[in-house]
Amino acid sequence: MSSADIYREIILDYYRNPRNYGKITDPDIAQRDSNPLCGDELEMHLNIKDDKVADVKFTGKGCAISQASASMLTELIMGKDFEYVKKLTKEDILDNLGLHDLGPARIKCALLSLKVLKSGLYSYLVDKLKDTASADKIKEEASGLF
Amino acid sequence: MQTSFINIENIRNDFPILKRKVHKDKPLVYLDNAATTQKPIQVIDAISNYYLTYNSNIHRAVHELAEEATLAYEATRDKVAKFINAKNREEIVFVRGTTEAINLVAYAWGRQNVNKDDIIVTTEYEHHSNIVPWQLLAKEKGAKLEYIGVDDNGELILDHLDKYLATGKVKIVTFSQMSNVLGTITNSEEIVKRCKKYGVRVLIDGAQSVPHLKVDLQKLDCDFFAFSAHKMLGPTGVGILWARKELLQNMVPFNGGGDMIREVHKYETTWNDLPYKFEAGTPNIADVIGFAAAIDYLDRIGMDKVREHEMELTKYALDKLSQMKGIVLYGPKDVTKRGGVISFNLGDIHPHDLATIIDEDGIAIRSGHHCAQVLMERLDVSATSRASFYIYNTKEEVDVFIKSLNRAKELFKL
Repeated sequence: MSSADIYREIILDYYRNPRNYGKITDPDIAQRDSNPLCGDELEMHLNIKDDKVADVKFTGKGCAISQASASMLTELIMGKDFEYVKKLTKEDILDNLGLHDLGPARIKCALLSLKVLKSGLYSYLVDKLKDTASADKIKEEASGLF
Repeated sequence: MQTSFINIENIRNDFPILKRKVHKDKPLVYLDNAATTQKPIQVIDAISNYYLTYNSNIHRAVHELAEEATLAYEATRDKVAKFINAKNREEIVFVRGTTEAINLVAYAWGRQNVNKDDIIVTTEYEHHSNIVPWQLLAKEKGAKLEYIGVDDNGELILDHLDKYLATGKVKIVTFSQMSNVLGTITNSEEIVKRCKKYGVRVLIDGAQSVPHLKVDLQKLDCDFFAFSAHKMLGPTGVGILWARKELLQNMVPFNGGGDMIREVHKYETTWNDLPYKFEAGTPNIADVIGFAAAIDYLDRIGMDKVREHEMELTKYALDKLSQMKGIVLYGPKDVTKRGGVISFNLGDIHPHDLATIIDEDGIAIRSGHHCAQVLMERLDVSATSRASFYIYNTKEEVDVFIKSLNRAKELFKL
């Protein structure tokens, strides 16, 4: 995938003007992770109400791909059913970004946001919903991302 | 094609990898030398010749192959000693790399000499390898780890050192002779002088300096010195720890096993002589032998020439880079105070994005925190891009690099 294809107008726009950037006070889910290889950081906050994502925000530092990916993911899940969010896959994220052929070094940048989201869902399922079966499945999916 | 100091065309012909293309048809422009350098054919041949003609374990067997291998391995020790002007060959210990050398000192010297409430002093521009081993030691012993700060010019604030030394609690001061991010050349002799007044031990991390500057241990007068072969044309997996003989004699072994013993009984062992006490197990024979060829190569060019070439190239690159709109350059501006390592940020392009873009033009640079997150915090950035030069880099390559940076700016609409 060439740089011209990666750094399209839309990716740069989300990088420079991230939507849903910030923190939620007293969120239902708060999850942070970093990529040890490059130091990219990401924290996501979610509120869940009536089995829907009532609010979602993120903060982070990192490259255009990781930050745009996080911002676009928040837009994708805002207001959606909890079940839908649980089922999100790697392909959904890459489709959403329009980035399909990233090399092994850069695909991690694109998927960090999904990893953070899934880890957050895991804690929520365990602590609040006591649904260990779904939690274990999510945990496995998160660790399989990269 | 060349700076006025060395014949780059001849040098480049010795490096087969420099002939390859990347991304189909782009000539490789390798500017990631602070991470590892490329290897000349002489080094590759030395390693392959060992495996092809006299592969054997060293020190023990009496057959001819073993004798040849032992001679070649030990000849490297002499070359290393001469290269850094060490007094005694038995002060040269072969390890895996700078990281292992520093860990060896933190373990084998540190655990005997650092106690509760003692102070270990390092600096804000250290590589993680010169921070983490000391954190482990400090935590284990209840000692304190303190940092010499970095000023806005990228140089160490030596007043901080004086402040810590004055407490009388400092046991060791450990610092890099050249920053792997800023390129800053540390005023090492001055630091050693101040430490000596208080009887404080000094470790110098020479991973970035030995490949690029003439290093003279007699002048430096430190207690421990560490560096790696792979950053100076040699193979990976070989590092050097030099330490004063009397210190090595009093240190406990780092690893126990074969070759480091004199006599082993069921419950007691006596240690082999220096340096073998610290070289347990079959060492990295082939790569140590390869390292000798790397030292020969640098000796043939002359370290003064290497330095002059890199200064000229760095000046050329800094002049061009500093004219770019939106660039932030880190480290000293004066090329006599820095090595050929240039860290920068360009507008709001994240270093990983920048490295991805210019990689398409065949240019290999490093992006990220460079294993120096303490310094990143000090500079208040999460990452930088870093270009670093060596003997085979040319001004034409710098031009290609600058052109590619401009393409990145266009892509990011800067």
